[in-house]
Amino acid sequence: MINFAKQKNPMPEQEANVRNHNFQEVALGYSPEAAVREAMRCLKCRKHPCMDGCPVMVRIPEFIEKVAQGEFEEAYQIIRKTSSLPAICGRVCPQETQCEGRCVQATKGEPVAIGRLERFVADWHGANYGDEEILPAKSNGHKVAVVGAGPAGLACAGDMVNKGYEVTVYESLHKTGGVLVYGIPQFRLPKEIVAAEIAQLEAKGVRFVTDALIGKAITVDELMSQEGFESVFIGTGAGLPAFMNIPGENLLEVCSANEYLTRINLMKAYLEEYDTPIMRAERIAVVGGGNVAMDAARCAKRMGAKEVSIIYRRSAEEIPARAEEIHHAVEEGIIFRYLTNPVAIKGTPEGHVTGIECVEMELGEPDASGRRRPVEKRIHGLS
Amino acid sequence: MKRFEILKKRKLNNNITWLVISAPLVARKAKPGQFIILRTDEFGERIPLTMAGHDEKAGTIDLIYAAVGRTTMLMDRMEEGDCFADIVGPLGKPTHMEGLKKVCVVGGGTGNALAYPIATGMHRHGIKVDMICGFKNKELVILEEEFRKGTDHLYMVTDDGSYGEKAFTTDKLKQLISEGHVYDEIVAVGPPIMMKLVCQLAKEHGIACVASLTAYMIDGTGMCGGCRAIIGGENKFVCVDGPEFDGTLVDWDELIRRNAYYAQQEAHDRAHVCRLTGGVRYHD
Repeated sequence: MINFAKQKNPMPEQEANVRNHNFQEVALGYSPEAAVREAMRCLKCRKHPCMDGCPVMVRIPEFIEKVAQGEFEEAYQIIRKTSSLPAICGRVCPQETQCEGRCVQATKGEPVAIGRLERFVADWHGANYGDEEILPAKSNGHKVAVVGAGPAGLACAGDMVNKGYEVTVYESLHKTGGVLVYGIPQFRLPKEIVAAEIAQLEAKGVRFVTDALIGKAITVDELMSQEGFESVFIGTGAGLPAFMNIPGENLLEVCSANEYLTRINLMKAYLEEYDTPIMRAERIAVVGGGNVAMDAARCAKRMGAKEVSIIYRRSAEEIPARAEEIHHAVEEGIIFRYLTNPVAIKGTPEGHVTGIECVEMELGEPDASGRRRPVEKRIHGLS
Repeated sequence: MKRFEILKKRKLNNNITWLVISAPLVARKAKPGQFIILRTDEFGERIPLTMAGHDEKAGTIDLIYAAVGRTTMLMDRMEEGDCFADIVGPLGKPTHMEGLKKVCVVGGGTGNALAYPIATGMHRHGIKVDMICGFKNKELVILEEEFRKGTDHLYMVTDDGSYGEKAFTTDKLKQLISEGHVYDEIVAVGPPIMMKLVCQLAKEHGIACVASLTAYMIDGTGMCGGCRAIIGGENKFVCVDGPEFDGTLVDWDELIRRNAYYAQQEAHDRAHVCRLTGGVRYHD
């Protein structure tokens, strides 16, 4: 039986003006009934375009069919065959440009809520089978090392351990998870979920070594020549933050989103019992329009800022963040200043920020990326 | 030997303490001038500290710190047998030594602890090392014996003259230069204001000057950008580009301002910690 609704089944959420004062998860997940109803919207296309949009080729129509039949654990096992981190991917993958972007239902309405269904299945498994003992994978006698315990490293470790490799993951921070723990905030991806996925990998036999700086304490050559690894996967992340090279960037209240988010998420500056210092201000500007910018803006609001603005140089059409993040940010009272580009940050002689000077932009001809290039319109102040 | 266990704790003066800590992964590659980042416990900050030494065979590193901030005050409460939650390193670039024949290392206050591995490391490397140790007064003097053994000449100065010569480090440096000592390089480690003045002096005499900077940082691998400092008009990251830089190019006023940013917040929290636990969170 097919559910012919054109819209996704809505997922319950914390109310916007409540959640923008706390760090608990915003989206609350489907009930079993809602999940079944949503699963029934799947047309079971033979060519399964959704799968082609998925970087790890999750067998989407198959798992959704199991959800429609109420066989949630079977659905979970189908996802697990190709994905190591379903509870995480269901929450933070950009589904609208991947699986859901290819869904046939999207041509005449909203796509099937594949992300929400994946999340539901993974959470259902966790709640009902989370305590089940996981047997260590059988070793094939080969040792491999993974550098970096972020999403890339974890996914690699999961695939390798399933194939029988003895996997050791090295992480330079004190905690595993990479951007999933230092970058993405608790309200979007609870750290308990990340910890549970990592615990599963550990139970299978993956070894994690934190506080280990590969390249300095142990070189990659040494991993192979002295530590006995036959292969090394390097998943060390994006690296140094890019600043804009505009005047005023080293004023006291200017920081990269990496720093701000790490203080809040990894170092738990939002919890009283942690020592981590954090900048607090009433009016905060966040420059950029990606997911990291949305995370930083929504954290700033939750840390007590009265007015938080996203400053983005193109228009709402081009903004790269996940549609759901923008939707949530708007609901939570984040102000969006489109077609606005900062040219200088203003401050007092003592180094404190007083404002940001921006240029109004307009869109010109498409550039190499196919998006219309933003060009300067005229200068105005934005303090 | 437990992970990150304090094996030895020695008070050097009222405020400064020397720790020997088990950290084999760090010790096997550590070099003078490099630093580590530590966390006392789950609730602690990540703070950078330059290593005062290391023993590759024993798998230990040495840290010398002054109890001036929240984390170092917590460290004061830790005893032999206690363990840090985390220590990661070696971070940053090692002290540059190639091609140097004679240097003058200038240490100020607690900075002397950080100057110690640099000065003695250079000396072991075959470089002639004149060491100027500056302190406020006699009570604060540390590592005198170690410096005397580990360098070619030790010049001890105090601000009030209660020990050694009555002089500032810059006065002593000026005197040595005017007496005809020729240095390939001057290394300054101490309070930023002292480093700034030493670097100015070096510049006036056309001598290369290296300064070891400290800055707020979280990961220490270039990810957060919190430790950025203006060097020669350009932003550099102290964690991966430093911690040692050409001191004549450092924007000292900017560095001093940025390093003071969280001090007020911390002073408030420090009072809070002491009120809550008597300052002994670690042993709760």
